[in-house]
Amino acid sequence: MRQDVFISGFGGQGALLAGNLLAYAAIIEGRNVSFYPSYGVEKRGGAAMCTVVIADGEVGSPIVGNPSFMIILNQSSLDKYGAKVKPGGVCIVNSSLVSTENFHRSDIQVIEIPMNDMAMDLGDARMVNMIGLGAYVEKSGAVSLSALENGLKEVLPERNHRFIPANIKAIEAGALRARQ
Amino acid sequence: MTKRLFVKGNEAVAMAAIEAGCRYYFGYPITPQSDIPEYLSRELPKLNGEFIQAESEIASINMLLGASATGVRAMTSSSSPGISLKQEGISYMAGSELPGVIVNISRSGPGLGGIDASQADYFQSVKGGGHGGYHIIVLAPASVQEMYDLTMLAFDLADIYRMPTMILADSVVGQMKEALIANKRPVRDLPAKDWAVRGKGGGEQRVVKSLYLGDGELEAHNWKLHAKYQALKEQEVRWEEYETAGAELLVTAFGSTARIAKTAIMMAREAGLKVGLLRPITLFPFPEKALLEQTKTCKKVLVMELNAGQMVEDVRLSVARDAEVSFYGRPPGAGSLPTPEELLEQIRKHL
Repeated sequence: MRQDVFISGFGGQGALLAGNLLAYAAIIEGRNVSFYPSYGVEKRGGAAMCTVVIADGEVGSPIVGNPSFMIILNQSSLDKYGAKVKPGGVCIVNSSLVSTENFHRSDIQVIEIPMNDMAMDLGDARMVNMIGLGAYVEKSGAVSLSALENGLKEVLPERNHRFIPANIKAIEAGALRARQ
Repeated sequence: MTKRLFVKGNEAVAMAAIEAGCRYYFGYPITPQSDIPEYLSRELPKLNGEFIQAESEIASINMLLGASATGVRAMTSSSSPGISLKQEGISYMAGSELPGVIVNISRSGPGLGGIDASQADYFQSVKGGGHGGYHIIVLAPASVQEMYDLTMLAFDLADIYRMPTMILADSVVGQMKEALIANKRPVRDLPAKDWAVRGKGGGEQRVVKSLYLGDGELEAHNWKLHAKYQALKEQEVRWEEYETAGAELLVTAFGSTARIAKTAIMMAREAGLKVGLLRPITLFPFPEKALLEQTKTCKKVLVMELNAGQMVEDVRLSVARDAEVSFYGRPPGAGSLPTPEELLEQIRKHL
């Protein structure tokens, strides 16, 4: 079994942290994984994206041309990469910031989740990425929610461990939303 | 089960260097390899080692030369333009028969080029990038685990053959994170460094040099180096074969491109296409005999590289005379790495 996801947004939205966490959770579950990041020369505000491949056997390419899942956090990511979602795949879109008005794909499932609004409701605007990740894990079954939650300790620097409960809440809120 | 870490390729290089007993690092920052000096600047002082950010790449390669001449394990790392600056020092190290590990996490050129992943330093690495007709050992990892394992091997090979050894990778392998099992340094019988200079401490004088002016001296020295290159070809060639049994098309690629090609081959096999992969792990010495052996039965070879065609020349020199060698590759531009889907299309075209 081989699963892949492409996560894309602008710097500061946490696309890379979400990918890191997912990959680490897969390692906890004893699977093979690659996390391939790419980002612009600027930090905050520039493009930030990553590809995570999880496999029972060999990972093979860390780069995927047509990912079966995408988590799209901002408009330019959808405009640039939305067409690449594999037919039959799933595109999870942050509808707080992204309009799908001009995105016409009848061959994939588009799940719109107002990630920024939900994050604000949870009390922390920075939880956008965790909401998206929760939704992805719910739809794909790539890793268990508990592995994600256990992974937080490892991928967050110690000074941010106080935010772990808030991250867990956001992951669960995203998962719940995707289930509906 | 042994603990699996989640580590960046560049960090794996630095971790392996420490495990291999390297305590001296000299370098100058450059994207996309700066994780290596970052890691070592933090860890080496704790081990009573020495981390020096030199004033330039040229200074750092000559510091490596000096450290190696004293018999310690030492390393430098850089990326393509910086590696070009180091070539004079590498030639001197080759001439002086000095071990030492040089890491090139290459980027696109020529000149200042760009920071995208690229395999355009193949020629420079394997053909002797500096003057004088020498070779260095060149290892091409394709995973984070190999970044670790081959770095450790690089230190051993450098000591055994008294040669500079290079790790050649790109930002795909350097920047990606994968599971890593941080193996312990293997126990190996290594030759005593009875040539290393010791300072003014008595005993017989030892000289490390690349200057030979006496009658016939330099020719004899060069034949000695040549004999080492032949020994490497006999003893140290490493490669991976994947799905080669019954293959009608043999893809040959190294490093990051081999990883992408492997998924293309998985997809091709699922579609019933008979395709295999031969991935050189040592670029020098090159797996000439393995290619010859494979092409006795598989007559079509497709070489894939992230450049406009370099390793393909060595493949052409190695294969059976009636084998047909094609090439697919391109110089990378911003963000445009080949995808497995793209390589699968090429496989279909060449079958």
